Amino acid sequence: MDGEPLVRWKWIGDHLRYLADLTLDHAVIALVPVLIGALIAIPLGLACTRWPKLYQPLSGLFNVVYALPSLAVFVVLIPYTGLATRATVMIPLTCYAIAVLLPTTVDGLRAVPEAVRQAATAMGYGPWHRLTAVELPAAVPFLTAGLRVAAVASISLAAVGALVGRGGLGYLFIDGFQRTFPTPIVAGIVLVALLALVTDLVLLLARRLLAPWAARRTGAGR
Amino acid sequence: MNWLNWLSTFFTAPDHRSGADAITHRIAEHLVISGQALLLAAVLAVPVGLLIGYTGRGTFVVTALTGVARALPTLGLVTLAVLLAGVNDLAVLIPLVALAAPPLLVATAEGIAGTDPEVRDAARGIGLTHRQVLFGVCVPAALPTVLAGLRTAAVQVIATATVAAYVGLGGLGRYVIDGLATRNFPTTLGGALLVVLLAVATQLVFALLIRLSLPPGARARRSVTTTKEAL
Repeated sequence: MDGEPLVRWKWIGDHLRYLADLTLDHAVIALVPVLIGALIAIPLGLACTRWPKLYQPLSGLFNVVYALPSLAVFVVLIPYTGLATRATVMIPLTCYAIAVLLPTTVDGLRAVPEAVRQAATAMGYGPWHRLTAVELPAAVPFLTAGLRVAAVASISLAAVGALVGRGGLGYLFIDGFQRTFPTPIVAGIVLVALLALVTDLVLLLARRLLAPWAARRTGAGR
Repeated sequence: MNWLNWLSTFFTAPDHRSGADAITHRIAEHLVISGQALLLAAVLAVPVGLLIGYTGRGTFVVTALTGVARALPTLGLVTLAVLLAGVNDLAVLIPLVALAAPPLLVATAEGIAGTDPEVRDAARGIGLTHRQVLFGVCVPAALPTVLAGLRTAAVQVIATATVAAYVGLGGLGRYVIDGLATRNFPTTLGGALLVVLLAVATQLVFALLIRLSLPPGARARRSVTTTKEAL
């Protein structure tokens, strides 16, 4: 480490293409599971509001899943999905995303006042139409809040996947450590944080477009 | 099945029975490292959280911290800390503390700030000083939330301590990392399972503590929701 600067700008300049590829790979590994997680969590949340008895055991189960250390879960999956495959990293990340999104979906759906629901029915909305036109839009601020948490957590967790051979930007940490060369590590930390920031901003923007009424309200949109 | 073979290989290996690589020794290491990090994080975060929660000033710090702390990659912090400071206990402890402190701070601040303002006014009204209100009224009321934050931090530290084995830290992560490096799958799998068990056990211990921290009348009907706000 003697005399080695924290960041060698030349290395970064020479590897821009490489860094961009890793960032893209990282975004796919981290964010596709969040999307799949949302596609699973929303119907599951709907089921939980229809049959409230489901919610306690399901949320308990996913609470435990969420607490499982990511590296351990990656490792346990290796015999089924193989070393250094995307699935090894993406399956656990999907489970973590569901763990975050299920409670926010249920909270969002429950936040629709009973009077509003009844008004919609009285106006002739069928169950399906009421769901898509009233209940889901009302849950959007909760959902985007959950998506923000899930996406940012997923982006930082995906880097651990580098230890099992598939971690996008996480590879920079391994590479830098093995060569006692801090530049890739710093670049990796900055890029992971940037990717998280950009994703967060995109989701905030999405909420503004989808639920403009929630923009000024505090609390749910945190 | 394969699993049984792998696990019996792992648990019956002589190296894992006694000596530096013994399972009991690795578990103890893991607990000591995690405990130290958690204690340090609590010493740093809880007083600040009390102050922010009680005065209501600096809440933006809380919002900023939650975002930033979630976005930082643990592996990056750990490798960078060790490259900069060398392989020693302190170098590995710094990122662990840095990751454990934010959820604790946020939980403490939110717990204190969430005390019923009328109760606080009443306490002031009967002549309690601010210090007495904070420690006699707000802290007991906030205890379940603070403990939930501590649980989040503890689980986080246990997971990160596993990752930190990559840079030479002891603990259960050693099995996982060494097993991966030598393509010795039973060792990796055994280590991973022990980490999972430790994380689940920690969850259970904290669930019990949170239950005990609730006033008896509230235990039956209230369960503390933790994941969203504490994370």
